[in-house]
Amino acid sequence: MRLSCVVNGEEREAENVWEGESLLYVLRERLGLPGSKNACLQGECGSCSVYMDGVIVCSCLVLAGQAEGREIVTVEGLAGEGGLHPVQEAFLETGGVQCGFCTPGFVVATHDLLSRNPGPSDAEIREALAGNLCRCTGYEKILDAVRLAARRMSP
Amino acid sequence: MEFLRPPSLHEALEAKAAHPEAVPISGGTDLMVEINFDRGRPETVLDLSRVPELAEWERENGHVRVGAGVTYERIIAELGEALPGLAMASRTVGSPQIRNRGTVGGNLGTSSPAGDGLPPLYASEAEVELSSTGGTRRVPVSEFVTGPKRNALRPDELISAFRMPRATGPQQYAKVGTRNAMVIAVCSFGLALCPERGRVEACIGSAGPTPIRTPEAERFVEGVMEEGGLWETRGPIGDAALRRFGEMVQAAARPIDDVRGTAAYRVHAIGVLARRSLGWAWDEYRRGGE
Repeated sequence: MRLSCVVNGEEREAENVWEGESLLYVLRERLGLPGSKNACLQGECGSCSVYMDGVIVCSCLVLAGQAEGREIVTVEGLAGEGGLHPVQEAFLETGGVQCGFCTPGFVVATHDLLSRNPGPSDAEIREALAGNLCRCTGYEKILDAVRLAARRMSP
Repeated sequence: MEFLRPPSLHEALEAKAAHPEAVPISGGTDLMVEINFDRGRPETVLDLSRVPELAEWERENGHVRVGAGVTYERIIAELGEALPGLAMASRTVGSPQIRNRGTVGGNLGTSSPAGDGLPPLYASEAEVELSSTGGTRRVPVSEFVTGPKRNALRPDELISAFRMPRATGPQQYAKVGTRNAMVIAVCSFGLALCPERGRVEACIGSAGPTPIRTPEAERFVEGVMEEGGLWETRGPIGDAALRRFGEMVQAAARPIDDVRGTAAYRVHAIGVLARRSLGWAWDEYRRGGE
């Protein structure tokens, strides 16, 4: 089937999409957007987190056809023309990135948290990131990154 | 694989009538795992995520009718006051990403005894609304779920909604798992107090082939409250009665050993959850009288 959706603000089309494919597969293999990572394929790890119509979802659990006509924002769509998004900067500066595999998912989940709640408590940060797994950092540096981004983004 | 994408409930029911083999998908949090791991490859998938009627909820004289496609996130955000037990259970589901997609309709369709949405529905004697082109029937949830991952849905039907009474007193949901997020319940417990009827309603999750109501334990504790005039005085229940309630709930559990826990552990834990849940709910009821 053919799939059309808006990805990072651009109308995109993918041809010959198999009906059983996930949105994650379409993004990575058909639209050349490998930022969203493919790890657990069952919603456990959050590495494939993207926005669909403004809410974050695991793109591995969205059947391709369900994304038809929807608006998708991936980690590639967060940085502005002036450079990285403050959330991305904060992850780099605090050491919240080690191997980097989980980072796109954490960045999207953090972006979502701070857009809903600009001054989250530590408990709120942990709850918001509970669907994202990191096996390198031990999470402390990631919590630092979220706190730093929150401080910088607050008016 | 054929992919059907009806834009309305009417067309969804027609599609299901024409393709009784079609597997419905809404949030995809169960079905996509099957497809991704190639454990099952449905011939036909029926996408319900664009059916607006399924994503609505409404008040109906003392009840709430919730469309099968309302997500856990929306239940938490919009129905916390009307259905506090279900909202608490929804908070324990998966992660933000999963709660943004998963639905109670999916929990019902999967009919796993570990489904977090089910104990609150059982405790409050919810009805499941099943629709086909021939009409709609309502089935009590305890008759809808017939066994582990089995239910009374006919091949031409879709789960369109569930309907349950608005809370009239404190409700609780408690769950045991290895961590706070992304956990399938080792065991769980839902409880609702109905002060106006002098009723305590409860249900065990994930410790039997289906969720299990606990009538003996419920009648016991109702007797304690009636005898002591506790609904009126809002006095304490007493530790002995709380413990006895936990033991009677334990007696109703029918767990098995599996990868998530042993039967013996589940029996132990369910007694603790029951005792604590009743204590928490009763404390809230007592505070409500201040």
